[in-house]
Amino acid sequence: MGSGHAHRLYRHGHSPVHALPPHTKLAAAFAFVVVVVSTPREAMWAFALYAVLLAAVAYAARVPAGFLLKRLLIEVPFVAFAVLMPFVAEGERVDVLGLSLSVNGLWGAWNVLAKGTLGVAASVLLAATTELRELLLGLQRLKLPPLLVQIASFMIRYGDVITDEMRRMRIARESRGFEARGVRHWGVLAKSAGALFIRSYERGERVHLAMVSRGYAGAMPVIDEVTASRAQWTCALALPCAALAVCLLGWTL
Amino acid sequence: MHVPDGFINAPTSAVTGVVAAGAIAVSLRGARRELDERTAPLAGLVAAFIFAVQMLNFPVAAGTSGHLLGGALAAILVGPYTGVLCVSVVLLMQGILFADGGLTALGVNITDMAIVTTVVAYALFRGLVKVLPRGRRSVTAASFAAALVSVPAAALAFTFIYWIGGTTDVAIGKVATAMIGVHVLIGIGEAAITALTVGAVIAVRPDLVYGARGLTQRLKLRVGGELVDAPAAEPAAAPAAARSHRKLWLTGLVTSLVLAGFVSFYASANPDGLEKVAADKGIDKTAEEHAAADSPLADYGVKDITDARLSGGLAGVIGVGVTVVAGSAVFWAVRRRRTDDVSPTSTSV
Repeated sequence: MGSGHAHRLYRHGHSPVHALPPHTKLAAAFAFVVVVVSTPREAMWAFALYAVLLAAVAYAARVPAGFLLKRLLIEVPFVAFAVLMPFVAEGERVDVLGLSLSVNGLWGAWNVLAKGTLGVAASVLLAATTELRELLLGLQRLKLPPLLVQIASFMIRYGDVITDEMRRMRIARESRGFEARGVRHWGVLAKSAGALFIRSYERGERVHLAMVSRGYAGAMPVIDEVTASRAQWTCALALPCAALAVCLLGWTL
Repeated sequence: MHVPDGFINAPTSAVTGVVAAGAIAVSLRGARRELDERTAPLAGLVAAFIFAVQMLNFPVAAGTSGHLLGGALAAILVGPYTGVLCVSVVLLMQGILFADGGLTALGVNITDMAIVTTVVAYALFRGLVKVLPRGRRSVTAASFAAALVSVPAAALAFTFIYWIGGTTDVAIGKVATAMIGVHVLIGIGEAAITALTVGAVIAVRPDLVYGARGLTQRLKLRVGGELVDAPAAEPAAAPAAARSHRKLWLTGLVTSLVLAGFVSFYASANPDGLEKVAADKGIDKTAEEHAAADSPLADYGVKDITDARLSGGLAGVIGVGVTVVAGSAVFWAVRRRRTDDVSPTSTSV
């Protein structure tokens, strides 16, 4: 449950991107996405340049393209929504392959697809190169309220424990011949969820008592303060700065 | 309903980010009062529970299945402040770790799924528990109704945000119809699961259910064959708490009325032509409507004012302003009330 655990999106490595302090990476990823979102959608070439920038980062981080593309699949539900847009949006229509599509909707779909994909790719790269514990330290360093960081760290640390508990309950149900097939079985599943809640809550109380007995008084001691040198900040912010240059070009051209 | 980047334009994302940050700050303070220094482990574990229970699949029929969103459940089980915190943390971690929902859309996602869901659900739940007879069954019924309304309310909030800052001009009527239509169905499932889960927890550990705290029987002593109230350690707590909840309920209800009123007003307008009319006329009409509506469901059927159409931008500004003011009024009022009366309840678990 300590720092040794890595989440399943993390790819262990020793690349320059892995070595950057977590808060610089968080700041860079966030700034990059902000820049991407504020780019005018008509500047199609700008998005291609952004993709090239991200590909360069992925190359530097030695994240294989297949891994990145597989993680992008999380976007699929909104892709479906984007595909619908040209059919339902307002404005002048254009005929493509016999279908009457809205010009505005096409732009909207392109906008969502391009910006959404770039945003997801940036998050995936961030998660792939940063360990969980580092990520939490970075959030703390970026002045997120300490209590919020603590809650997040408990959620992350015990997420697997609770999920495993849920899995054991499922195995117990199934080994007694239960198979959820429809609405009639919701009662059983809901009772499991209720039991899971009670177990989680009671575990929380035990964890709290264990912490109090070890001297916890409402704040976690910071034992490994992460710091970033000027060179590391420059390195991390190179991505959003390059993106900003592209964005400004996109607005002026 | 996780919104990706680029779906809502940058200014609106920034505004919702500020709203979300403010609400989280208030909730941090409120949760600390609900749970004192146990906040971090307990809220963390409940967040992990919400995260896990979102993965629990409930088969509907013919291979389809749904899962819980958890906002209403969190609000009823652990209280509104902790609920907002838990769902927000889940969304934050989903955004950063799993790329589920965009980083710039975090504000939209938190406002929509953590704040609106939880606040609407809890306000309605409180109101219903007040009205219904005391008992376990009415708590379950109230959680059903709260969860049922909370999901379409989140869809409405999303439609509202989309209307202000959506990047594509899809007719807002179509968005509203699609979103609300789908989410009423989801809401029914959510309601059934939430009510069953709350019922299951109440049956075993009623003391853990935040929303059922008023149900605990006063300790009685049998003195000479007669039942006498035990010398209560917290006699003043109950009425004060009740008053604070009523305040919360009323203000929360007004908030959701304002929100729903504005949105359904536009949802029912003819989507093709949002003509500009005098803004003050439209404002008068909507204000009258709020005064006349007396139940949260009444707002979904605001159909009699289709002739009045506000100019989009102005109404957007007013809508955001009213929502923010009313929302912060809820938190402010509750915070004021909570300071003196919450210590007995938080130590009683």
